[in-house]
Amino acid sequence: MASKAVYSQRDPMLKKRDDFEDILEERRNSSDLRYALRCYAPVVYKGLCPSKAGTLKSMVLQSDQLHYVIHQVCRETGRAVDDVQEEVSSILEEMAHRLQLSTVRFFAFTLSKVFKTLFRSICVNEEGIQRLQQAIQEHPVVLLPSHRSYMDFLLMSYLLYTYDLALPVIAAGMDFMGMKFVGEMLRMSGAFFIRRSFGGDKLYWAVFSEYVKTMLKNGFAPVEFFLEGTRSRTSKSLTPKLGLLNIVMDPFFKGEVFDVSLVPVSISYERILEESLYARELLGVPKPKESTSGLIKARKVLSEDYGSIHVYFGQPVSVRSLAEGRVNRCQFNLIPRHIPKKPSEDIHSFVNDSAYRLVRAQEENMVLKPWVLLASLLLQNQVSGQKRGIALDELTEQAVWLRDLSRQYGAFLHWPEHTPPSEVVSSSLSLHRGLVRISEGRVQLALGQSYAVTPEEELLSQAVIILSCASYRNQALHVFLRPALLASAIHTASSNKKQEVFNSFSFLRNMFSNEFILCPGTYCMLFTSHWCCVSQDVLVTERGHRTLVFLTSMLDPFLQGYQVVCRFLCEEATEALTEKQFIPAVRKFIIKHLLAGRLRYTEVLSSDLQKNSLAALLRLGAVRKIKGYQGTLKVNTVMVNSLEDTLGKKPAVRNQQCLGSFQNISTLSVFFCLGGKLPTQKAVIARL
Amino acid sequence: MASNSSGGSSDRQRIAQQRLRIIAGHLQRPVDGDSAILAAECKAQGSKPDTSREEKTVPRRRQEIMKWNGWGYSDSRFLFNKKGQAEFTGKRYRLSGMIIPGLKDWFECTFGASLQHKTPATPLLNSSAVQPPTLNEAFVEELKSTGIPFSQDAEDRVFRAHGHCLHEIFALREGKFGRVPDMVVWPNCHNDVVKIVELASKHNVCLIPYGGGTSVSSALECPPEETRSIVSLDTSQMNRILWVDEKNLTAHVEAGIVGQDLERLLNESGYCTGHEPDSMEFSSLGGWVATRASGMKKNIYGNIEDLVVHIKMVTPQGVIEKSCQGPRMSTGPDIHHFIMGSEGTLGVVTEVTMKIRPMPEYQKYGSVVFPNFEQGVACLREVARQRCAPASIRLMDNEQFKFGHALKPQVSSIFTSFLDGLKKFYITKFKGFDPNRLCVATLLFEGDREKVLQHEKQVYDIAAKFGGLAAGEDNGQRGYMLTFVIAYLRDLGMDYYVIGESFETSVPWDRVLDICRNVKARIVRECKERGVQFPPLSTCRVTQTYDAGACVYFYFAFNYRGLSDPVHVYEQVEHAAREEILANGGSLSHHHGVGKLRKEWMRETVSNVGMGMLKSVKDYVDPNNIFGNRNLL
Repeated sequence: MASKAVYSQRDPMLKKRDDFEDILEERRNSSDLRYALRCYAPVVYKGLCPSKAGTLKSMVLQSDQLHYVIHQVCRETGRAVDDVQEEVSSILEEMAHRLQLSTVRFFAFTLSKVFKTLFRSICVNEEGIQRLQQAIQEHPVVLLPSHRSYMDFLLMSYLLYTYDLALPVIAAGMDFMGMKFVGEMLRMSGAFFIRRSFGGDKLYWAVFSEYVKTMLKNGFAPVEFFLEGTRSRTSKSLTPKLGLLNIVMDPFFKGEVFDVSLVPVSISYERILEESLYARELLGVPKPKESTSGLIKARKVLSEDYGSIHVYFGQPVSVRSLAEGRVNRCQFNLIPRHIPKKPSEDIHSFVNDSAYRLVRAQEENMVLKPWVLLASLLLQNQVSGQKRGIALDELTEQAVWLRDLSRQYGAFLHWPEHTPPSEVVSSSLSLHRGLVRISEGRVQLALGQSYAVTPEEELLSQAVIILSCASYRNQALHVFLRPALLASAIHTASSNKKQEVFNSFSFLRNMFSNEFILCPGTYCMLFTSHWCCVSQDVLVTERGHRTLVFLTSMLDPFLQGYQVVCRFLCEEATEALTEKQFIPAVRKFIIKHLLAGRLRYTEVLSSDLQKNSLAALLRLGAVRKIKGYQGTLKVNTVMVNSLEDTLGKKPAVRNQQCLGSFQNISTLSVFFCLGGKLPTQKAVIARL
Repeated sequence: MASNSSGGSSDRQRIAQQRLRIIAGHLQRPVDGDSAILAAECKAQGSKPDTSREEKTVPRRRQEIMKWNGWGYSDSRFLFNKKGQAEFTGKRYRLSGMIIPGLKDWFECTFGASLQHKTPATPLLNSSAVQPPTLNEAFVEELKSTGIPFSQDAEDRVFRAHGHCLHEIFALREGKFGRVPDMVVWPNCHNDVVKIVELASKHNVCLIPYGGGTSVSSALECPPEETRSIVSLDTSQMNRILWVDEKNLTAHVEAGIVGQDLERLLNESGYCTGHEPDSMEFSSLGGWVATRASGMKKNIYGNIEDLVVHIKMVTPQGVIEKSCQGPRMSTGPDIHHFIMGSEGTLGVVTEVTMKIRPMPEYQKYGSVVFPNFEQGVACLREVARQRCAPASIRLMDNEQFKFGHALKPQVSSIFTSFLDGLKKFYITKFKGFDPNRLCVATLLFEGDREKVLQHEKQVYDIAAKFGGLAAGEDNGQRGYMLTFVIAYLRDLGMDYYVIGESFETSVPWDRVLDICRNVKARIVRECKERGVQFPPLSTCRVTQTYDAGACVYFYFAFNYRGLSDPVHVYEQVEHAAREEILANGGSLSHHHGVGKLRKEWMRETVSNVGMGMLKSVKDYVDPNNIFGNRNLL
């Protein structure tokens, strides 16, 4: 009962997913002003203690927890209580939101205007809204949207206002506050600001956690935050941050609330506003500091077409059900609950697992547009060296094939059913004019249009296009990831024995656990269960082969990226390489190799990939951080070398078609052909 | 009720009258059929002439006055009369013979029950359905020679095979009997018990002590796996007050005496023990000791562990007792604490020396209405902090307040109903209390008149700080009456597809609100998940205050129409509720005990070492498991 909640929406083949409704339609037909001024009377939590934003602050200041920490800080530092209390007040002042309906109405009005200009439609699953409405009344609610754009949280509040639901309070990064006027506006629309890092600051942590808990426990408003911590620049889900999740689960562990509902929300943009901004950032052009003037300059985006947005409000997940049989709440019986305590091992691993499952739920419910499939195909095509691109009708044929395949794997694909595929393809392509070029009936990525002087500049400008494109492909990555890992595992394994493949599979899984969302735990069992399916009848089909090629190509850029980072560390890492210098140094190294034609994938220039691979190596102990030397990296060359070798058993540069043994392909073919037809099996893969 | 305030007769007299009315005014003449067997009565004890003048409630044949498949006296029960009005039969209680007009609507609305859908109990005990006794002939032979009365009659045995857990009563109503004792013995005094225990040890017979039979922990259930002959040792005939020591204010009492007799007899000489558990009409002194009982007036008199001065218990190893009656001793771990709470696993408590107090000069009920439960708990906490709790203070939640309201008997005058209406108007309209959130605390003050009034003022002043409004003596008194009739009400519910029970816990102050909310919510949720078709009644009250926490009592009942195995569902929900209690920092039990019902949680409750300690005591005292009810461990 407990674990199923997260996955209940998993399989669109088994259960039809909810229908969407375009909320902009009504906005185009009726007055925005009336809409902004309409009567707003949301349903509230049944245990609500009505309180204003101001009383909230005093509740926090008077809490036992804060008292305890204040006195602890005083004892440790010898500061006066008043002094510390003052600090607490100012922290709280800096943090607290000042939710006002008038500001929300202002946003409702302006955003209506903006959204209508930018987007064709904003589609929301109404059943999700109904479920949310129910959940809000029953228990404190935590909204967990995916984070791909600045737009996300304004959009969330806008939607909740539209549907007459309680407006959330939103944990936002302090960087927003830098934007003078806007920061305050956001504050009044429900944002509260937290510092990006406050690792050791006991006092800050106490104020922050107490503030969030107070709002949650009293049902003041749904609490909203981003599990991923920050916007994903790659459109891949980021590995979840646990701090806030820990805080919102704590009242349940301690019995202060009966339950907490976690609602994963998946927001997918057909075209992301920050598209090329992200790509530049990944290539090392630093992110511009948020400023009001910057926002105004960004006005030119208003003139473009950004397609549609799909927002899917997932099934509320009960923390109580999740924790059943996993967390022994009695552990809080013997110490007063207001004394802060480091979470125990079982709580930590529970929160971690839950976080992964919630991010997986976000992924599962993410609506994919046809363009996402096209991006995947175009990227693969580009890499395979077809300089002239791909013929439009061939692309259409491939897209249709991929559409069917992705659906078999449970993708939540929004493909217009009653439109001819060719139209679907061309309309998708036209929306992304900046990324693709169509000439003489052939389609290819819009590379090489720049007026770059040096080859390096040209490479970087191409990389911007490729990374933008990859970010769309990445939206579909979660659909293919698990089978792709198995495909690569069969490929890299030295033989086709089950144990070998399993070892190889575990290795990849372990290696990439900073890169992708792979739920911790039980994969051994799951591997075994679907391996059995695989190794039954052997049947070779053309289709299985094609699938296999596609899947391995999906993972190849990542394999090569990790390899090249390993090579860099072995060849070029000096004694004095610090963590800070790592990215620029590895980038330089990669550019060199790319220009020399020694690397296939321009994508590996992505600093996200580089960071993840370093994190993986640190985790595996192949690289160590030496403390006290500004984070100098100490490379275990032997280990890194052997990791590179293991990754490179199938050299990524080698021809795609050159696949392993005949039998490998055939077993897999069976598996991949069956994939869509056996729901149980698919569930198994998805959970890997 | 109204007579409370109308002074006239002396306080003392009035209180005596009142007490007799409330608790013990419903006595019958003892029914003692065969006095011939009394020839074997113990002669050892010298009893004071005035206390040996017998007027005892519980006869050997309980069936003569009590129900075999429900709570209490045969003549007292709730029923819906032909007009569909609820009434309470008999003459024993204040409520007896009265019409309760509000009950039907409350019953139907709360449970979705209907008077059309009845589930009547099997009317008669069918002796042939009872397993024939497994007798240990040698034991029986030797027992005969002692002259101690015993019986192998099926009815006698069935009566002693159960307590009052829901599943026990439910099975009886369906005419189903599990393992029952093979015979019943009625020792008359301590020495009889010594003889019985010796014989049982000699012949390897399993003994299960039986006092008042009010257990709600499956403690009296015969372990089905027991293959030896099971003998129920009924202490009910050991019911004398052996002496009263007015200098030290103690009384030495045989352990089989039931609460109402003990109070009544002591009252006659101007004393009381002040120990009044809700079951005091039927529960026995020995049972209180064996389960660590708690009385509603513990704030003045203390719980059972505070009240006993000396205990005599017969074990297979011999008799255990202390050598003196010093009020406190530093002689290693207190051996009384091996006895108290041993739940019949170590031996039989035969005689107890208990503290007694002069009867209070003045008694006054009261009640306070709070706008919500949170405020009410805060008030109780403050009262506990100031250590000024009255003899009893209980806080009922909103559902229970409504329940209590539904039990208001028909008022005789228009004036009273007019006053009621006015009161309601004042509280809900004028003071703005939400009738669906307000809750009520009931109070009982005791002592000399001046101090009671002073005390009352202090408590009401505190209550006012938490938004409480005094709501009259009447409401308070009815609250206490509820505890005596609640068990009868369960039988009424069971006539109409409604089953339920109560359970309790103790919890630190800071967790009281959380535990109440979470356990109630858990019950509702579990019922829903297990297919209960109607929303359950899930309600609680805070019944005792301590320095460091409180005792919380939950009532839980639901309409089981549409369920194939209601008892199983009930048990699952209760199990889940107990898990929830433990997860919220509550104890396994405040005063009901562990029995067999809550055994599974004992280890985590007292730790491995604690379990080992208890086990080693059992192993020494009763190596052959003569006291084989298998409670606790």
